[in-house]
Amino acid sequence: MNIMSEAAVEKALDKKMSTVNFKMVGKDVSVYYGEKRALFDVNLNVRKNTVTALIGPSGCGKSTFLRTLNRMNDTIEGCRVVGKITLDTDDIYDPTVDVVELRARVGMVFQKPNPFPKSIYENIAYGPRIHGLARHKADMDEIVENSLQKAGLWNEVKDRLQEPGTGLSGGQQQRLCIARAVAVSPEVILMDEPCSALDPIATAKVEELIHELRSNFTIVIVTHSMQQAARVSQRTAMFHLGNLVEENETDKMFTNPDDQRTQDYIMGRFG
Amino acid sequence: MSGYLLAALALAALVMTFVGSARARATQNGASEKTHSRPIYHGLNAAIWTGVPAFIFLLLWLVGQNSVINQLVIASFPGSESLDATARSLIMSEVRQVAAGNIFKEPTPEIQAAVVHLKSLQQISTAAMVAVVAATMAVGAFFGYRVIDNRYRARHSVERSVTYFMMFSSFVAIVTTLGIIASLVFEAFQFFTKVPVTEFLFGLRWEPQIAIRADQVAGQGAFGVIPVLFGTFVISLISMIVAVPTGILSAIYLTEYADKRFRAVIKPLLEILAGVPTVVYGFFAVLTVAPAVRNLGLSLGIESSPNSALAAGAVMGVMIIPFISSLSDDALAAVPRAMREGSFALGATKGETIRKVLLPAALPGIVGGVLLALSRAVGETMIVVMAAGLIAKMTVNPFDAVTTVTVQIVTLLIGDSEFDNPKTLAAFALGLILFIVTLILNLIALRTVRKYREKY
Repeated sequence: MNIMSEAAVEKALDKKMSTVNFKMVGKDVSVYYGEKRALFDVNLNVRKNTVTALIGPSGCGKSTFLRTLNRMNDTIEGCRVVGKITLDTDDIYDPTVDVVELRARVGMVFQKPNPFPKSIYENIAYGPRIHGLARHKADMDEIVENSLQKAGLWNEVKDRLQEPGTGLSGGQQQRLCIARAVAVSPEVILMDEPCSALDPIATAKVEELIHELRSNFTIVIVTHSMQQAARVSQRTAMFHLGNLVEENETDKMFTNPDDQRTQDYIMGRFG
Repeated sequence: MSGYLLAALALAALVMTFVGSARARATQNGASEKTHSRPIYHGLNAAIWTGVPAFIFLLLWLVGQNSVINQLVIASFPGSESLDATARSLIMSEVRQVAAGNIFKEPTPEIQAAVVHLKSLQQISTAAMVAVVAATMAVGAFFGYRVIDNRYRARHSVERSVTYFMMFSSFVAIVTTLGIIASLVFEAFQFFTKVPVTEFLFGLRWEPQIAIRADQVAGQGAFGVIPVLFGTFVISLISMIVAVPTGILSAIYLTEYADKRFRAVIKPLLEILAGVPTVVYGFFAVLTVAPAVRNLGLSLGIESSPNSALAAGAVMGVMIIPFISSLSDDALAAVPRAMREGSFALGATKGETIRKVLLPAALPGIVGGVLLALSRAVGETMIVVMAAGLIAKMTVNPFDAVTTVTVQIVTLLIGDSEFDNPKTLAAFALGLILFIVTLILNLIALRTVRKYREKY
């Protein structure tokens, strides 16, 4: 009976595993910058409608991994990605894949707010316009309003949409960048230390926003702040020296990690 | 003599640097309290005291001695009280010529006496100069040495002197510019006493070939600047039509598309274009481009002259390509990487990123470059002197010859000329106009660049 039940439990677990909804799957991903190897055979899956936090000391490869997910590494000279990454079932490194389409599906928010030197309206409208998402001005107005609503910025800027986006405060700029990413209706949003240039109040607003965005988007966030990872994410992945140390539920990672290195890093012993 | 003095001053200053630092070090070694300045500052301070006041004396002496000596010589010249200023300066220049050994005719006894007087005065002056400068130097060195003390703020003193020197340097540039403007304005004013300002500014005929001697046969003359400005405008416009697209597109290619090795070869090559002497461009325009343009014009059935605006303008355009391309290149390269990444991350292609993000962000720099190139084109002389025409015609036919402001200035000042003749003076009025036009262009360029600089 006992053995039987164990087998049954295993079967049930397997079944559960197969029904887990992975949005992106990275298999044996390695990245080289010229001769230098920055990532070593990383196997990491990103679950749908989940916030996955990537943590680890500086130079551990977490940002590099993040940038493989929408092929932003393509813009860096001498960078080479080996392995396989799929979005739903599509191999994103397949030669037939149009990287422009990929990036419309996998958006990105950067460390430093980087609004274009255009008006707030034009910052949001930029993406929809190049993808032809709005046929009339009314459609575009709606997209702009919706995106700003989702980013929690609408009430602050609705009266000055024509003013330059660079005139906003740092926190507002970052939420503008999130709104800009949301405007093209991506499936996944990558965030590379989105709060590292913001003060605590602006950080709290962005974190709250990440919470709300989870219901519509899959989010991967790189962060240096343990507390932030604990606050915003459901799953956490720990990187060290280009290797994935472990990946697990955030609660487990911060209370009872499997790996000594994770324990040490979380306790602040290195990094 | 002044050369030796200068060398002696420099040497003394150098020596005082070492002596001063050595003394400062010696005083500091025995001192109980903390010293204010490092020894080298004490040394430099001593050197400044030694060199600078003596140097200023030397300069003043060299500037002033000639006029003083002249006055002394002329005062003792027999009968000089009854002569006017022109006659006096004639006598003085003859005396100086004879003293320098350039004898054209046998000098009169009075002149010879004056020469002897002049030479003795010059000897006295030189001896006095050496004595005064040496004394100043010695006093300065003594003071600079005496002042060395633990608490003396030598660093402040040196830094203040350096600041004054920098102030002086920037003054030199400003004063030179003001001098140029003043001389232009003065001569132009002389011109406007002979030709009314309104006729000059609004006249539609430019025929400056008037008689400068009573027996010459020449036209009545007309000094309307409009046709000349128009020619400058046409040629500049043609050159900008050639240079702006070429320059900007090559800048875009070099910053955004070209791979590193190609860029490393092409960019210096492009900048060589800026180093080609304009005379060489002139040859190219007049010998190669102009005949080709003329043939083209004739084959199209358009009236064409051997010196066409198109040939001069096109070659000038080639000349200013490097200005536009290298300034645009800098402007594009200065757009932060974050802008590019932000655009790429939204799924924009390279072309969309360049058109909608990079070019708008780099626009101030590009506009600044274009305007600087334009003021270059307006003031360019050699190419148009060689390849453009001499007759001021109001025509928009690019195959026809036009003339420019710079060409007219050159032709007005070449050959027989008198400085109280409107023909010659017109050159200064034209120069003033040219100066004002390029000044305005430069101001606009600077303002544009400044206004939009911090946009991203």
